[in-house]
Amino acid sequence: MMNILRHPAAERARGILFGNRAHRGITFTIVLYALLIAIGFVYLQPLLFMFINSIKDPSDLLNPMVQWVPTQLYAGNYERAYRVLDYPNTLMASIFISVVPSLIQAFVTSLVGYGLARYQFRGKRLIFVLLLATFIIPPQNTVIPQMLMYRDLNLLGNPLALILPALLGQGYRSAIFVLIFYQTFVSLPKVLEESARLDGATDLRIFFTIAVPSAIPAYIVSFIFSTVWYWNETFLTVIFLEGGVTTLPMQLSSFAQAYENLYPAGTVNIFERLNEAVKMSGTFLNILPLLVMYFVLQHWFVESVEMTGITGE
Amino acid sequence: MTTVRKPARREVSLATRESLYGYGFILLWVIGFCVFTALPLAQTFLYSLNTVSVTATSINLDFVEWANYSRALFTDPNFIELLIGFSVETLVSVPIVLIFAMIVAMFLNLKFRFKGLFRVIFFLPIVITSGPVIRELTEQGAASAPGIANNPAVIAFLEELPRALRSPVEYLLTSFVLILWFSGVQIMIYLAGLQKIDRSVYDAAAIDGASGWETFWKIVLPSLSTVTVVNAIYTIIILSHFSENKVIRYIYDQTYNVQGGIGYASAMSFIYFGVMVVILAVICFALLRWARRSSR
Repeated sequence: MMNILRHPAAERARGILFGNRAHRGITFTIVLYALLIAIGFVYLQPLLFMFINSIKDPSDLLNPMVQWVPTQLYAGNYERAYRVLDYPNTLMASIFISVVPSLIQAFVTSLVGYGLARYQFRGKRLIFVLLLATFIIPPQNTVIPQMLMYRDLNLLGNPLALILPALLGQGYRSAIFVLIFYQTFVSLPKVLEESARLDGATDLRIFFTIAVPSAIPAYIVSFIFSTVWYWNETFLTVIFLEGGVTTLPMQLSSFAQAYENLYPAGTVNIFERLNEAVKMSGTFLNILPLLVMYFVLQHWFVESVEMTGITGE
Repeated sequence: MTTVRKPARREVSLATRESLYGYGFILLWVIGFCVFTALPLAQTFLYSLNTVSVTATSINLDFVEWANYSRALFTDPNFIELLIGFSVETLVSVPIVLIFAMIVAMFLNLKFRFKGLFRVIFFLPIVITSGPVIRELTEQGAASAPGIANNPAVIAFLEELPRALRSPVEYLLTSFVLILWFSGVQIMIYLAGLQKIDRSVYDAAAIDGASGWETFWKIVLPSLSTVTVVNAIYTIIILSHFSENKVIRYIYDQTYNVQGGIGYASAMSFIYFGVMVVILAVICFALLRWARRSSR
């Protein structure tokens, strides 16, 4: 028995199956792919499920035989979801509400990160502690006075209600971006800045002409993450913007209500009532812009940590 | 024309100049912190000690000391229940997110075919985790471990468990997939941590005859200890700020409730904040102790 196992052919077979120092065996590779596919399925399944159901026509929806393959491509759900969501308007609102504060936030947090990384001053530790505090404090602990303040200033429902905090470095999850910029600037060599200073450049000029160009990846990563987070944020947007601006996620959370308004229950036949398929079309339309952005910029998402060098030490 | 400064004075002014510029760069943030964080926080605390009524033109405060707090803690039947539920869910979710993210990151750190494709799929949660979308997913039942929670054998098993153990296990079964949706950024941070480990360390371990298993416990895990603390903090905060969080929804509903009102909601916000800080402290303390021991 032992002799057979030590036979060179057996050794080779074992090497292929279980691997050796040089490469992985087949068993390991199969297990690896099985796990990768299983995990991938966890993430893709809801999206697929949502998409498949959103293109089912009413008879397919009721037919228990039709699970994963609809009998036909049916765009009616999307047509109605598109109208219920008031898509062009809410889409533009969402883009505006996420892009503008993100741009401002990226710029202001980079200023703060640069100040913390390049200058020595008293109270820096305190600033870091407060920075962490702004990340930890739950929004509902500060939102009511903010809302009342905006009410007094007549800014409720105005995009400025989201832009002003971003302008003062208190945008959504600002602390993370300050830390990203701090890390970036701290790890950049100082030499260029010092020689520019000897040539008589002012600090602001050094910041704009030397620091900013060398931190472009950090700006891009901050901007896209900030955009995604602003896009998905619903707690603050509902409180500050309700009645003025309606973003896509906001419209989605009142989808059933909006549907009733557009298609009153008494006036439409049973196939036109609100069903799962329409809801899922709505959800899909909601994440579609993010998916497009993700696939176009995937390289920036997937490699963002390497690009900014943030690990959080 | 030129004034000659004394060297000593010039040195002092350089240091002052530097700190002045430093303050200049962070000035916007400091103003913002006062206006949008410190002041509202103090005001919310003030509200929590009062019964607040808001009219179109003014805000009326009626000082009630700690009545709002005692009401939330001792009278309100829902709040404490929700708070306990939140704590249990967080304490169950954080280890799962950390372990899962670490495993996925280690997979992605290997070399294999179609790696780019898998990376793109695994980072999808980064863009999709938003309140309404997650709610839709939960309503479809896409969030539970498929079929397990409804299995009669599992239900019978759950009934055998002691009450204290039952709700975490039940939560685990019903929301397992949902928990995985919260691990996008953590996978990314772990991956960065893994890529910082020098290849030569692995080679040295392999030459010394260490198995993959030993390499993991002796090299990989200790190198990931700081990153783990960062990830734990991030996970706790994201979970507790998530807008579909039941406690947050309850507080929000109470804000506009006739019986609740702003004062009561503010008191609950502070209690919630306190609980969150305690959870944060407990988990960080445990992890930091572990990190210190394993890095020795």
